Amino acid sequence: MVPRVDDPILDIRGLCKTYQGGLKALDGVDLAIRKGEIFALLGPNGAGKTTLIGAVCGLVRPSAGTMFAFGHDLERDWRAARRRIGLVPQEMATDMFEPVIRTVKYSRGLFGLAPDAARIEEILRSLSLWDKRDTQIRNLSGGMKRRVLIAKALAHEPELLFLDEPTAGVDVELRKDMWRQIGALRDKGVTVILTTHYIEEAQEMADRVGIIDKGRLLMVDEKAAMMARLGRTEAHITLAAPLAQMPAALAGYPVDLERDGGLLVYRGGDGTGKGRAEVAALTKALIMAGIDYVGIDIHESSLEDIFVQLIERREVAA
Amino acid sequence: MSGPNAIFNARGAWSIFTFELLRFMRTAFQSVLAPVLTTSLYFIVFGAAIGSQMPDLGGVDYAAFIIPGLLMLTLLGETTSNASFGIYMPRFTGTIYELLSAPVGTVETLLGFVGAAAIKSLILTAIILATARLFVDYQIAHPLIALVYVVLVAAAFALFGFILGVWADGFEKLGIIPMLFLTPLTFLGGTFYSIEMLPAPWNTIALFNPIVYLVSGLRWAFYGTGDVGFGVSLGVTLGFLALCTLVIAFIFRTGWRLRT
Repeated sequence: MVPRVDDPILDIRGLCKTYQGGLKALDGVDLAIRKGEIFALLGPNGAGKTTLIGAVCGLVRPSAGTMFAFGHDLERDWRAARRRIGLVPQEMATDMFEPVIRTVKYSRGLFGLAPDAARIEEILRSLSLWDKRDTQIRNLSGGMKRRVLIAKALAHEPELLFLDEPTAGVDVELRKDMWRQIGALRDKGVTVILTTHYIEEAQEMADRVGIIDKGRLLMVDEKAAMMARLGRTEAHITLAAPLAQMPAALAGYPVDLERDGGLLVYRGGDGTGKGRAEVAALTKALIMAGIDYVGIDIHESSLEDIFVQLIERREVAA
Repeated sequence: MSGPNAIFNARGAWSIFTFELLRFMRTAFQSVLAPVLTTSLYFIVFGAAIGSQMPDLGGVDYAAFIIPGLLMLTLLGETTSNASFGIYMPRFTGTIYELLSAPVGTVETLLGFVGAAAIKSLILTAIILATARLFVDYQIAHPLIALVYVVLVAAAFALFGFILGVWADGFEKLGIIPMLFLTPLTFLGGTFYSIEMLPAPWNTIALFNPIVYLVSGLRWAFYGTGDVGFGVSLGVTLGFLALCTLVIAFIFRTGWRLRT
């Protein structure tokens, strides 16, 4: 069900990870990432998101499967692959007593790149860290610490960047700022794979979305296509007077009467705006039939609704 | 991508090495002062006060006799703790993620961490040797051999410390090995006396203490006499070095305690 991607920047096949103690964190994951896209990996806690990232970045030893990045086998040719991959971890792990700039320079060297003061300055400035460059990391706020982690991951100018919950524990303003940063990276041609709890974040930024649960990728698709396929419009029309039964004029519309006939509920459409058009037609039909109403609430389902539906459907099936 | 970095990431190793050394430098004052003070006390108490009442051992003035042992005491303790902290801290704080995701292999990691730990304790050992000059007049019979030997021992115990730092899952364990084994064994390893001075069967039992061979080896390099032949000391040192290297090879091959 996973659509093939031509010339993927990252190609994962049959990836499995069973931890000691038997926990199966990844159960046959196939995933291909396109160059230059922002890919959002969504899933509940313990779904395997961090394990998947860890496997690609070398923190987790896979139990089975193959991974290719930039055409390099990550198991055999990991040196060549890893120098082009950056990782911003979920945990706020920093060298607390070191000044910001030293740890960022260290990261660049660790990945085998020659020192480049101008490049480091550019990275620190882009993350508003330049004024804090000589501050010990422990004296920074949580949001600033996360920026340091991003600066470290960018220090070796990766072409593929993993962001594991980049906005967890970050206030709203900073989160919006982080989105702009990620957008700027994409504009530079960096491929971004991020995991997030904020589905709003994926909806805002991602080109494609993968939904993972219990170590399996349930669905991978273009965000827009996923919304079109699974999206729904729901409209609640409060009637001036309750109806005893569905009028014949409304036959053909996906509507129900609720709350003792006082509420007309429309559920339909597909996420491409078809629902909204149908609701507009529905209101005209009501007027033509002489049925008065006093309020309309209309709700387009979000990625979050789709996500919750998918996960719940699976819970029921299990 | 090809080029030398495709095989060996020299910049990566150098980055770890300098980062670690700079980290030591931040606490340079404490980390130098404490061992120098302790060793000076040994020289005053054992060298000057008690030593003046002691006969020469193997033709060596007692105060001079204890220098190789005291150097070993510092070298073993400091190297082990430097190296173990060096790798334990990233594991503890979580910053090890970066090391694991970087294009650095076993050799680069070891050169960086173990090299920095060994260099730091070698500098410290040199400072203590210079401090000894304030208390005792000594001559080194084989200075070049002494240098090579000390470097070998530092390398071996830096590897040992690295293993300790990978094995430990708490600060207690990190401290317990040096405190429970290293210090007592060094004290009993002929730092302050010649093994010959021990009554039977202790003189035989003492030979099961590996530190005896290390202290004896350095003493031979200093004064041309030791409890055992220098060849035996060198053999034990190289053997320990090889053993630690094997254990580390196992750690990196399996990812034990580093990769889940």
